Amino acid sequence: MSEMSSIERGDAIEPGEPATVRRYRLVTRINHWVNAAAMTLMVLSGLSMFHPSLFFLTALFGGGQNTRAIHPWIGVVLVVSFILLIVQFWRANLWNRSDTAWVAHVGDLVMGHEEKMPEAGKFNAGQKFVFWAMVILVAVLFATGIVIWHQYFSHLTGIESKRLAVLTHSIAAVGAICVLILHVYAAIWVRGSFGAMIKGSVTAGWAWRHHRKWFRQLAAMTRGEQRQSGG
Amino acid sequence: MDNPYLHDPDAAASNPPTQGFVENLGLGDLVRRSATEYLPPPERELTPVAKLIDVSKCIGCKACQSACVEWNDTTPAIEENVGTYMNPHDLTPEMFTLMRFTEWVNPETENLEWLIRKDGCMHCADPGCLKACPSPGAIVQYSNGIVDFIHENCIGCGYCITGCPFNIPRISRRDHRAYKCTLCSDRVAVGQGPACAKACPTQAIVFGTKDDMKKHAEERIADLKSRGYENAGLYDPEGVGGTHVMYVLHHADKPHIYSDLPDNPRISPVVVAWKGVTKSAGLAVMGFAAAAAVFHGLFARANRVTAEDQESAKRALRDDAPGGRT
Repeated sequence: MSEMSSIERGDAIEPGEPATVRRYRLVTRINHWVNAAAMTLMVLSGLSMFHPSLFFLTALFGGGQNTRAIHPWIGVVLVVSFILLIVQFWRANLWNRSDTAWVAHVGDLVMGHEEKMPEAGKFNAGQKFVFWAMVILVAVLFATGIVIWHQYFSHLTGIESKRLAVLTHSIAAVGAICVLILHVYAAIWVRGSFGAMIKGSVTAGWAWRHHRKWFRQLAAMTRGEQRQSGG
Repeated sequence: MDNPYLHDPDAAASNPPTQGFVENLGLGDLVRRSATEYLPPPERELTPVAKLIDVSKCIGCKACQSACVEWNDTTPAIEENVGTYMNPHDLTPEMFTLMRFTEWVNPETENLEWLIRKDGCMHCADPGCLKACPSPGAIVQYSNGIVDFIHENCIGCGYCITGCPFNIPRISRRDHRAYKCTLCSDRVAVGQGPACAKACPTQAIVFGTKDDMKKHAEERIADLKSRGYENAGLYDPEGVGGTHVMYVLHHADKPHIYSDLPDNPRISPVVVAWKGVTKSAGLAVMGFAAAAAVFHGLFARANRVTAEDQESAKRALRDDAPGGRT
C-alpha cells in the first residue's frame, strides 16, 4: 500500500462473535469529552456575548459579569485539551490522495450510498476536514481571544488591533460552530459513532462499512501477529 | 411635578432650582439602548442639550477635573509628575475628564501656542460604544442626547472601548465595569448643569440647549476670527452624527494638534462590519447549519451498519487473502 498506515496506538481487532475493533483508548476518550464539554461551554458563553437575542444564555453562568470572566478561562482549558488531542490525532489525519477522491464522492454519502465511496482509513476526508478546520479555528480564536481578554491583556495592544481581533474572533467562532454542528451531526447520523467515543470500540461491521482501509490494515496486522506467534 | 428645567436646559447655566424635583430623566426618555432590538419609542421628546468647551478661554486650572471628582465621588490615584501639567496620566475609571496640554509651534507665526483641551466623552449622536456593547441596557442614550453607562448592566467586556472613536471608556479594575463622563445626567435630571461647567472660572465650559450652544459658539468664533484666528471653528463632527460635547477651536482646520483630537471621527468600519453583517449573517449561517442538520436527520435514512457489512467483515477476517472480497 502506497499510503501510510492509519492505525494508531491502541487500535486492534478483538476476536469474538461478533468481532469488535478497539478504536479510541480510554485516555483519548476522556480527552475528547473534556474537549467537548469545554467547547460546549465556550459556544454557550460566546454566543451570549455575540448576539443580543442570545444574551439570556449568560444566566447559565450566573450573569453577564461571570460569563465575561469565565469564557476566556474555559478557553484556556479548551486549548490545553485540544493540543493533547492534536498530539494523538494529527498523524492519522494527514491528507491522502484518496481523501480528495472521497470529497468528490461526498454527494453519494449524503444521499445514503456510502458503498460507492472510496475506502477510508481510520479517519475519512470529512473527519480530516473537521480536524484541520478546528486546528486552524481554535488557533485563531485563541490568538484573537488573548487580544480581547481585557482583564489581563488590554495594555498589550492598541484599539485598532482589538477591533480587528474581535471581528476575526466572531467570524472564526461562527466558522467553528458550523464545523461543530457538522461534527456532532455526523456522529449522530452515522450510528455507532457515539458508542465508539464512549465505549472505545466498534463492531467489525461498522469498521468495514465506514473505515474499510483502516479495517483491512488492522486485519493484516492481526494476521501478521498470529503468524509470528503461531510459527 | 414635571421638571421644567429638562425642557429648558438654559436654566442650568443659572443658579440651581430652589424647589425639589423628582429626578425625571428616565427609561421613558431612551432613544437607544445597547443590545436591544425593539425599544419602545420615547414617551416625550426632550430638547437636545450640549456642553460647549471653548478651548481659547481655557486657562488649564483643572477646576473642571476637581469638580468632576467631587461630584462623581471618585478618587483618582495620586501619580508621579512626569514633566507635564497633565495629571493623571490619562483618563481612568476614576477620572472622567482630563485636561490635555500640548505645546504647539504655529508654523505661520513661529509662536508657541499652549493648547489645552478638556478631554472626555463627546456624547456622540451615533455612539460607537453603544453599538459595540453586547449587554442589554448597559449603555443608553436619552432623547436629550446624553449617552450614559448603566453600571449595573455592564459586564466589563471592554467592547465599548473598541467601539469608541475617541478612546474614552475605561474599565475599572476594582468592579470590572466601564466608566466615563455622564454629562452629569444625574444633575441634568434635576435641572442643574454639569459639575465641570458649574466650576469653570472663565466660562470656557458652558451648558445649554444644543441650538443655543451653537449660537454661542458662532459668537465666539466670530470674535476669534476678528482677532486673527482665521480657522477658528466649531468641532461638532458629522461622522458620528454630531456630538453633545462640542469644542470651539482656534485651529478648527486641524483638530489633531489638540492632543490627537480626531480630524474626522466615525465608528470604525471594522466595528460596523462586526456589529452589522457579521452579527446578523453569522447568526443566520449558524442557524442554517443547525436547521440543515435537523432536516437531514428527519428526512434522510440513518447511516446504519447492515447485516451484509457484518458478513463482509467476518469474511475478511477469516479469509487469508489480504483484504478479502469487497
